[in-house]
Amino acid sequence: MNTRTVEIGVGLFVAAGCAALFVLAMQVSNLTTLGSSGGYRLTANFENIGGLKVRSPVTVSGVRVGRVESINYDLHTFQAVVTMNIEDRYKGFPEDTSASIFTAGLLGEQYVALEPGGSMTSLTDGGHIQLTQSALVLEQLIGQFLYSMAGKKPDGGTANHVENQTLGQPEPAPAPQPGQ
Amino acid sequence: MLDLLQRLGRAALGFFRRLGRGNLFLLQTLASMPGMLLRPGLVVRQMWSVGVLTLVIIVVSALFVGMVMGLQGYNTLVDFGAEESLGILVALSLVRELGPVVTALLFAGRAGSALTAEIGLMKATEQLSGMEMMAVDPVQRVIAPRFLAAFLAMPLLAAIFSAVGVFGGYLVGVGLLGVDDGAFWSQMQGKVDFYDDILNGIIKSIVFGFVAGWIALYEGYDAVPTAEGVSQATTRTVVHSALVVLGLDFVLTALMFGG
Amino acid sequence: MAEPIIQIRDLRFARGSRMIFDGIDIDILPGTVTAIMGPSGTGKTTLLKLIGGQLHPLSGSIRVQDEEVPALSRSALYRLRKRIGMLFQTGALLTDLSVFENVAYPIREHTKLPEELIRDLVLMKLEAVGLRGAAGLMPAELSGGMARRVALARAIALDPMMVLYDEPFTGQDPISMGVLVKLIRELNRALGMTSVVVSHDVRETSAIADYVYLLSDGKVMDHGKPDDLWGAKTEWTRQFLNGLPDGPVAFHYPAPPFREDLLGGAGR
Repeated sequence: MNTRTVEIGVGLFVAAGCAALFVLAMQVSNLTTLGSSGGYRLTANFENIGGLKVRSPVTVSGVRVGRVESINYDLHTFQAVVTMNIEDRYKGFPEDTSASIFTAGLLGEQYVALEPGGSMTSLTDGGHIQLTQSALVLEQLIGQFLYSMAGKKPDGGTANHVENQTLGQPEPAPAPQPGQ
Repeated sequence: MLDLLQRLGRAALGFFRRLGRGNLFLLQTLASMPGMLLRPGLVVRQMWSVGVLTLVIIVVSALFVGMVMGLQGYNTLVDFGAEESLGILVALSLVRELGPVVTALLFAGRAGSALTAEIGLMKATEQLSGMEMMAVDPVQRVIAPRFLAAFLAMPLLAAIFSAVGVFGGYLVGVGLLGVDDGAFWSQMQGKVDFYDDILNGIIKSIVFGFVAGWIALYEGYDAVPTAEGVSQATTRTVVHSALVVLGLDFVLTALMFGG
Repeated sequence: MAEPIIQIRDLRFARGSRMIFDGIDIDILPGTVTAIMGPSGTGKTTLLKLIGGQLHPLSGSIRVQDEEVPALSRSALYRLRKRIGMLFQTGALLTDLSVFENVAYPIREHTKLPEELIRDLVLMKLEAVGLRGAAGLMPAELSGGMARRVALARAIALDPMMVLYDEPFTGQDPISMGVLVKLIRELNRALGMTSVVVSHDVRETSAIADYVYLLSDGKVMDHGKPDDLWGAKTEWTRQFLNGLPDGPVAFHYPAPPFREDLLGGAGR
């Protein structure tokens, strides 16, 4: 095996390895969407963020416009504070835009969906979204359903003790009422 | 009874002795690393025999592994109506686990055993001794280039394995079974994180390369200098490399993905 | 009397539980061919490794050119080894290099001579052993005798002051043996070296040796000039030098009496 062949071979090998890595990075992973610095920040408070994670998507009308940058807890208002990073090209959401936490598909990845309001003034960097809807927590949903079902029982309230013990506080934010 | 205890004790002492010698050997090899910068030709030559010649088995295995995963993954996911997630399944399995681990096992079997046999044979034919008497340090001239080559080649091989495997999954999933082309890639890109998945996989393969190279070279260097001794050393290389790689994989996975 | 170039005093060395050397004294004078002979397994190769610093003695002193070998630092030991050439029993050529490259190896490793000069040196050394025409062959293509000659050319590549020969005549046909004998003697004279030949080939070795040491059971049994030893009175020396099958070294391995062994079997 003469030296020139060996050197060419090894060079090709290293190039192939780097190319594979490059392909993995570009085609297989989410690298192209990373490192997008810039964008402006909006915050929103939620009673319950459910399974929302950092880097979960932020969408408007189903289009991804940004990502959740950080999630903190405010001890003054006793609410979760979600900071979102919105891409610069999507400026100008009205001030009364609402933010809700929904679940995508059956396997439960949660995201923030924004719904534009009608105000004339726009949200800018550091703006705060007032109207929020927390994530649906399955146990609370079932509890509310049972609670409302028990309330409608014709023979008066033989309310289920179990449901009183497992329920959390009834939510101040409006939650969809089953039945009625 | 006493005899059994004696034998156990001796085996344990022997084990620790080998471990200690192995570590001293590793330190000696690492100490020769800076000298390798002056002799890149040696390293290049070793990368040829360790890396390039292992390429064939890596690519073929990766293709088949990817294709099988495409097939099996589809069969399972289609029951949940989730066949569009096939890309995620194939990519994450490969990049996080199968790429580094299977590459390491194949490497140990092909390149590792070849290294052990080569070094063991050099020891048996007194070539290492001869080099010592010529005032040439065999660790620096013979062992260190091979170690560096294994260490550098492994992550490259693992990356190639993962890439070819994903392609194999694509061939079967999209080409044969009708998964949507766009969904395959876009779902995958959404879920595979460069830092958490791909880089972690690369780190794993670097660690495996270090360990597999060390074991292969040490077993050869420490082999009994007879034909039977070399053959036993070669077997030990493959077995020990496999066990250590799998054990380390668990530890690394727990550290990286344990969350 | 010239100062000995190698001085070994009260050397003790053991491998496992077996005592290989139990207090031996050897003096090797510069410019001579000294033979170290003895039955197989007496550790003659081990002695060469001790001189070269590859093994460490249990106790005793090994002085080479007035340096205490076991006490040398790593770099000092390497410096010493550059001045010593060693010919291994199997030649120990590097199998992936050609004959030319093998002989050039020590020159390339230890000097910064330009390629043309290295080429001339290698060809000169190969010419000295009569294998200049084989420069392009690979070690696998050489016969045993030729491999040893190439190894000899490599051993003298850096013009050492001393060459150690480990069983150079073992397994050689008469012609190759004759060639090697001639080479050892002439190179020693031409290069002004000292040679230490370890062998159990009595006739060949005593033909070229200036002085002979006979080792057995970890001790020096006898030593002297070859002619003195041939006429020796000691039984052991006579048995060894003449190759007598029985004598102080018994023919029979220790065993119970034959009659007892035959008759005392199972079923009695």
